[in-house]
Amino acid sequence: MPEHTDRASDWMKGDGPFSDVVMSSRVRLARNLAGFPFLSKTSATQRREIACACRDHLMDSGIAESMLWVDLPDSSEMDRQILVERHLISRQHAKGGEPRGVAIALDESVSVMVNEEDHLRIGVLRSGMQLDDGFAHANQIDDLLEQRAGYAYSSRFGYLTACPTNVGSGIRISVMLHLPALVMTGEIEKVKQAANDMHLAVRGFHGEGTEATGDLYQISNQTTLGRTEQEMLADFQREIIPKVIEYEHAARQAMADRRTYLLDDRIHRAQGVLTSARLLSSSEALALLSHLRLGVSMGRIADIELGLINELILLTQPAHLQRIAGGRLDGEQRREFRAEFVRRRLTGG
Amino acid sequence: MKCDKCDQPATVHLIEIVNGKKIEKHLCEKHAVEEGVTVKMTAAPINDLLEKFVMKQTGEAETVERQACESCGLTWDQFRKRGLLGCPGCYRVFADQLMPLLERAHEGSNQHVGKAPRCAGAGELRQQRLMQLRRELDQAVAAEQYERAAALRDEVDHLEQDDT
Repeated sequence: MPEHTDRASDWMKGDGPFSDVVMSSRVRLARNLAGFPFLSKTSATQRREIACACRDHLMDSGIAESMLWVDLPDSSEMDRQILVERHLISRQHAKGGEPRGVAIALDESVSVMVNEEDHLRIGVLRSGMQLDDGFAHANQIDDLLEQRAGYAYSSRFGYLTACPTNVGSGIRISVMLHLPALVMTGEIEKVKQAANDMHLAVRGFHGEGTEATGDLYQISNQTTLGRTEQEMLADFQREIIPKVIEYEHAARQAMADRRTYLLDDRIHRAQGVLTSARLLSSSEALALLSHLRLGVSMGRIADIELGLINELILLTQPAHLQRIAGGRLDGEQRREFRAEFVRRRLTGG
Repeated sequence: MKCDKCDQPATVHLIEIVNGKKIEKHLCEKHAVEEGVTVKMTAAPINDLLEKFVMKQTGEAETVERQACESCGLTWDQFRKRGLLGCPGCYRVFADQLMPLLERAHEGSNQHVGKAPRCAGAGELRQQRLMQLRRELDQAVAAEQYERAAALRDEVDHLEQDDT
């Protein structure tokens, strides 16, 4: 398990470019080993063989200075949930007893899932808007692995994946955005519509199939065939994300100019509740932290760092909270512990 | 509103602009057909029509449903239920059926243009051979034919070394 699960990973600290709106950038590449079926058609022996081969390739390729391998069937449910909350594995990957695992760089900027939907899912995470850097790193890992593992590839369809929606480049570019002002002004619906028209997926904080909580939205590409990785990246870097950032900034300015009291009330009410509540559910905490984050990034609240709020967004989730508490807590105990933990961290007590 | 030509209720309403002049017509079904505004439908059940249309669109007959990939045994019907292909070979076996699906999912595209592995091309046949060998190896182990399994394992190792 990553060593410091009581604090945020570097990529969550919120010090990257445009971190007032962009929480994190992620690039993921889907790959399958040549000569093996995809996972739905593998025998138990083959699955084990794939897991071992991938683990060896990952641990011996010099991908990062230090890599950690987590064997998921041997891990506790709590450990797996921690990895999900830290965005190091998907929810799907956390389930089931089949041979599978994840290789994680110690700074948690790289996580490679083995035997998820595809044999390999190479993921690179960065703080703020750093897609070019993220892609360069993912690409480099891909090159290193390719020298050892032959990939399933066809000149017609590109990198072959279990699901045809990922075939081709196998790339998924995702940017996690904090868009509270667009939510307050109701303009978020227009953003979602525009994204759909551009064949982009808009998802919630926890990825596929989740609703947006805490005004956090993940925008990612759906097309993987017929466009180069560089074309897709350029779209995100120069067109799509700058536009969304611009809209969010405009909405923040409009709120500050025309609905000053409403904006300040939301921000300070959030701070008030977070620093005095005695019970906090995870969704309530996330919603309030979102408003507090808005206040901090607009400079309407002093003495609180953006990094601390990002960290609280991570640490107030159920598995992290229980890890910090040092044992299992039921729902009621969690709400109580969460309120106390947030209060302590925000007031420095 | 009544039909312009009889007392039946008008179900077809037509507005034409002829030489800048607006002409409105309100007709019952019978007179609409007579006027050539609509075509009489012989009772064709909509479900039947749709079904034929869908079958034609996806180019599927029952034989396609049951067609199986020779490498992994996946049938097209299984793919449609789960949304996941069974092996790299499925892309070749089901290429025709996958084409419209790929184009829908990828903004009209069905040809890869991005990054390629350095050894692309030469490896494709070897990939198929490896898969075949691994399947035989699995069967040999299951049937406890260890000598045969050892020979197959050697062949797999040999091919893999070529790969890297």
